[in-house]
Amino acid sequence: MLPLFSRRVLCATAAAAMLACTGNLALAATPKDTLVLAFGFDDIITMDPAEAFELSAGEIMGNTYDRLLRLDINDPSKLVGDVAKSWNVSADGKTYTFEIKPGLKFASGNPLTAEEVAYSLQRAVMLDKSPAFILTQFGFSKTNVKDKIKATSPTVLTLETDKAYAPTFVFNCLTANVAAIVDMKLVQSKEVNGDWGYGWLKTNYAGSGPLKLREWRANEIVALERNDNYYGAKPKLARVIYRHVKESATQRLLLEKGDIDIARNLSPQDIAALSANKDVKLTSTPKGTVYYISLNQKNPNLAKPEVREAMKYLVDYSAIGDTLIKNIGVVNQNFLPQGLLGASTEKPYKLDVAKAKALLAKAGLPNGFKVTIDMRTIQPVQGITEAFQQTAKQAGIDVEIIPGDGKQTLTKYRARTHDMYIGQWGADYWDPHSNADTFTRNPDNADDAKAKPLAWRNAWAIPELTKQSDAAVLERDAGKRKKMYEDLQAEFRKTSPFIMLYQQTEVAAYRGNVDGLKLGPTFDSNYMFNVSKR
Amino acid sequence: MAIPDPTAADVAPLSAVASRTAGQRLAPRARSFANFLVVILLTYLGLLAVTFFIGRVIPIDPVLAIVGDRAPAHVIERTRQELGLDKPLYEQFYIYLGKVLKGDFGTSVLTANPVMTDIKRAFPATLELASLGILIGAGLGVPLGVWAAVRRGKLVDQVVRVIGLVGYSVPIFWLGLMALVVLYARLGWVSGPGRIDVTYEYTITPVTGLLLLDTAMAGEWEAFRNVFSHLILPASLLGYFALAYISRMTRSFMLNELAQEYVIAARAKGLSESRIIWRHALRNAMVPLVTVIALSYAGLLEGSVLTETVFAWPGLGLYITNSLQNADMNAVLGGTIIVGSVFVGLNLLSDVLYKLLDPRTRIR
Repeated sequence: MLPLFSRRVLCATAAAAMLACTGNLALAATPKDTLVLAFGFDDIITMDPAEAFELSAGEIMGNTYDRLLRLDINDPSKLVGDVAKSWNVSADGKTYTFEIKPGLKFASGNPLTAEEVAYSLQRAVMLDKSPAFILTQFGFSKTNVKDKIKATSPTVLTLETDKAYAPTFVFNCLTANVAAIVDMKLVQSKEVNGDWGYGWLKTNYAGSGPLKLREWRANEIVALERNDNYYGAKPKLARVIYRHVKESATQRLLLEKGDIDIARNLSPQDIAALSANKDVKLTSTPKGTVYYISLNQKNPNLAKPEVREAMKYLVDYSAIGDTLIKNIGVVNQNFLPQGLLGASTEKPYKLDVAKAKALLAKAGLPNGFKVTIDMRTIQPVQGITEAFQQTAKQAGIDVEIIPGDGKQTLTKYRARTHDMYIGQWGADYWDPHSNADTFTRNPDNADDAKAKPLAWRNAWAIPELTKQSDAAVLERDAGKRKKMYEDLQAEFRKTSPFIMLYQQTEVAAYRGNVDGLKLGPTFDSNYMFNVSKR
Repeated sequence: MAIPDPTAADVAPLSAVASRTAGQRLAPRARSFANFLVVILLTYLGLLAVTFFIGRVIPIDPVLAIVGDRAPAHVIERTRQELGLDKPLYEQFYIYLGKVLKGDFGTSVLTANPVMTDIKRAFPATLELASLGILIGAGLGVPLGVWAAVRRGKLVDQVVRVIGLVGYSVPIFWLGLMALVVLYARLGWVSGPGRIDVTYEYTITPVTGLLLLDTAMAGEWEAFRNVFSHLILPASLLGYFALAYISRMTRSFMLNELAQEYVIAARAKGLSESRIIWRHALRNAMVPLVTVIALSYAGLLEGSVLTETVFAWPGLGLYITNSLQNADMNAVLGGTIIVGSVFVGLNLLSDVLYKLLDPRTRIR
């Protein structure tokens, strides 16, 4: 078989080589009606909004599925109605009523009414995949969801929560992808053995968003097309194509050449280089992801309050801000990213080796100690860890870096067998509780605890802070609620075993003929349907 | 990664040849075929077992790839049970083998597709790249090696040596990026990363998955040109690395042959130098060289992670690596079977070529 095959390829090669000689093969420029993006999306594992929880999948969901409410991407503290025309809370704070816009249709042509919305939310609770907790934290369960979430008429949907939560909290959670609305009739027709169409929807589409999913080929392409049944302003472009390109340098070349319109995963170096290119523009938005170094409280040295504090003085925040995360992040020493309710700009810590040394002496460790840190071998995490290793050394702390790939460091972190860990946390939904829930809540510090938030992973027992965090989600006065998060963060800054480093800024570089590109504050509000090309 | 170890290269088939004793030669073909089948089956079983157990002992929790970092405890536990990870290792392996025998390679958790569907997509991408790569590598590497051997110590030999050394020592991702910067970004002679321009993305229906063939069969010559201009650069790069190795090996085999007495005899007979080199010496050097080329080809067919990353090429190397990093074992095992089959197949092929090239090894 091989000789024959080779001969054929040989002929083809010869023919093509001749063609190649006759002219310039590469014709750069993307089609006028198509937006082409280079984007690393190997994290996508599903296209079902009830399961999708990965950053890249979130972006696709945001563009292709509608939900009751969306964040106002120009001011993320505000909400805008998506399929909901109006929304309100009952006096006792437990019943939420939504009026659905009339005459809505899915991409398939099926009607979208309150019944479909109720089905979609019920489906997410019944499937109980990773993001389902965003809904079930309001007291919905497999047994009660059909009574608690229902359509009382084709245009009215009611939700009944178990407690009187802060309304902002409930509304914010309903902007998440898990609350996206799926085409009930279509999904039901694909149902196998009562799986709620899960097997089918993993790689298919049943939405009503401005763009519809044509195809997802893992690690290769995600193709979106204009949804002509969309209720709002139709996208100006007929197609949006995401190409899986992981390497920053490759993305940059493609953009410079005009083979893509937008590059999404650029390194600080490539961003700097592109900022000098007159054909290319940059746009950036602070995201809800914060980076931190954490200290496992199971390690007796790290458990000392003075050591925790000393560590916070051993990071050269300004050097990191000016170099390693230039363009891709800003120093942030709080667990809430800017943009969320109650976010703080307090930055009490800076590199101060003398102070750290004094604190270490107070802790009975005047000569420092040895400790390990688990690190993923990706930038800028690697650079930051190495910088920290240098500054910690100045105070006598000998930090040994344990590099790991993929899910390796995370597996270890989750088992809390690390000493120190450098990682990131992205808000699961646009509400301060998403971060408070993990940084300042640890209801059970036992090894077999049911909930394993970041505070648990670092064995930080905090009954008092847990109580305060729980109280904050029930505070119905937005002003008071804001103050509660500010207080939580003040305590957290002082005593926590988390050295908060920075908040991520997402940058996209795009060709000069692209208009209307604006990255949203969350990963699911990077809207491509507003983009047009000249 | 792409180029196999030279010492290992010529061992396997030689021993296979050597083990054919006089008795076996007389034995019916059926028996040797049965032996062969047993060996193949054991190879696969060993390959799967080793991969499976390595996959299960690496310190990565496979559940993480499916449910992510945020999932509540009960979701994690349920997924673990769905995957059968709560069962003992040997039982997991037994279940897996049972499914494989029924032709079910499972579903990849990363892509949500059956593993074979994924591989049917990723492998042709690599096959296309590797085939063109080995054509370039062997097509240029063998003549260069011969030339270097004939002009031993002369300028040509030095030049070929430098080409070989550079090919062997320069990191492929760097060379790949440089080639892209110059040939794609600056000069615009070739198309950039990816297999095909977005414009042609939905114009051809995949039949073989080899885009050159698919476009040619559909008569879409514009698209064919586009595919070729995407393919030529990464293929040349892989070809160059194969060339570096093949030319060095060719040179050393040829030096060995040129020092033999039959060459002196041929010269004494008054044969032309080119006839001596190409018809006599190279013919003999081809015997071990076939193995070198076959194994280089097999190495390329495994997929080259770095090349595939730089060129955004959705091939087998990236697929397997990505799966392994997420402990997506169905995908890793499926990939291993394919890579194993490639090695077995190419070893067989080189055995067959041996028999054509070397009359002594034919079964009479």
